[in-house]
Amino acid sequence: MEAITNFLVSFPTEFPVLWILVRIVVIVLPLMLAVAYFTYAERKIIGYMQVRLGPNRVGPKGWLQPIADAVKLMFKEIIIPSGANKFLFVLAPMLALGPALAAWAVLPFDDGMVLTDINAGLLYILALTSVAVYGVIIAGWVSNSKYAFLGAIRSAAQIVSYEIAMGFALVGVLVAAGSLNLSDIVRAQEGGLLHWFWLPLLPLFVIYFISGVAETNRAPFDVAEGESEIVAGFHVEYSGMTFAVFFLAEYANMILISALTALMFLGGWLSPFQGSFMESWFTWVPGIIWFFLKILIFGFLFLWFRATFPRYRYDQIMRLGWKVFIPITIVWILVVAVAVVYKFPIWFD
Amino acid sequence: MLEGYLPILVFLGVGTFIGAAAIAIGFILGPHRPDSEKLSPYECGFEAFEDTRMKFDVRYYLVAILFIIFDLEIAFLFPWAVVLAEIGIVGLMAMAVFLGILVVGFIYEWKKGALEWE
Repeated sequence: MEAITNFLVSFPTEFPVLWILVRIVVIVLPLMLAVAYFTYAERKIIGYMQVRLGPNRVGPKGWLQPIADAVKLMFKEIIIPSGANKFLFVLAPMLALGPALAAWAVLPFDDGMVLTDINAGLLYILALTSVAVYGVIIAGWVSNSKYAFLGAIRSAAQIVSYEIAMGFALVGVLVAAGSLNLSDIVRAQEGGLLHWFWLPLLPLFVIYFISGVAETNRAPFDVAEGESEIVAGFHVEYSGMTFAVFFLAEYANMILISALTALMFLGGWLSPFQGSFMESWFTWVPGIIWFFLKILIFGFLFLWFRATFPRYRYDQIMRLGWKVFIPITIVWILVVAVAVVYKFPIWFD
Repeated sequence: MLEGYLPILVFLGVGTFIGAAAIAIGFILGPHRPDSEKLSPYECGFEAFEDTRMKFDVRYYLVAILFIIFDLEIAFLFPWAVVLAEIGIVGLMAMAVFLGILVVGFIYEWKKGALEWE
């Protein structure tokens, strides 16, 4: 018994890399499960929004549907089209999925509950979300198909355009928090619902989330895979598991954007009742629950948008990104900077 | 200081491995029966009409160039934003001038029609 305890206590220092792997698995396994059931939630929720039932045949109420889908895709043939570069064709989906998962390394789930608490966390996030566009470009280019190519250049131009608005919104958060560390950004929002950054940074909050929707190529900004125009866009030639990895990457990215928005604008693990008379009623709720609830809100918004809004035209998307979002963010960065320098109460004193 | 980045390196490896493992499973479990029709690029049931590497609109290229400029601005803003509370009004003024120049360039490209998509 004592030997086991000793082993467990010394494990982190004796095998640091193994200990890191264990913690990564603890993050990634629930994340993959969440991704799988996010696809189920999407079909169910959009189904109910359109007054139909959604998947309800596989397992009780269709709960096993994502598992069945995964198994089906595993047994499908992977077709590599003639004229495609085999290596890059297979590499592209990995490039899309890897960053969407690896970004979770710096996301704090609760106070101190983070894989690695580096001081340049937000810079790392910005770098990783930029890498995702390579998966799209490579997939579209090496498929040797016109639809894939058109989808890829559309998608790439759209992603980089909205990345600028996203970056400027991040700068606004940095100014307000004075730190690149995501835990510090959350701690800067202490004090309850009205102290969270969504209020002083309201335009940036809205722009960040909408840019996140555009960045993940989700409806209403999904021209990259507009079925009626260019079939499936950049992944038209992908089948079986290569397609499944792209699919996983899209949903993992949606969850990532939801989590980042919750951390930077809705106070991450902080309770919304901090500082109010209801604070003592909810002290038993662990911070991670609040964090997950906030992620759920934004995850639901992604699905709600898809069921509600018709697809934007491509010129409208580019106009919104360049001519609306970028000017607003630049102005609001200056507003926040002035507020921080002059220690504007209640957020920056 | 840098040991905080080891988990990130491991995580990047794990992320890539998951993608690679999923695709490997697909290759192992799935059938493999290629034929020339199946491997031809999709074009609504037709034979491919012309080469895929066709000309595309120069505006995509323009967007890419503008992106580099603006992304660089963001990279410049990052360190400034972190220390703004310490450098105070002087830092604010300096960055206001910098952003002013950026905005002049932005207005120029706007008026030039670089942001028009019909």
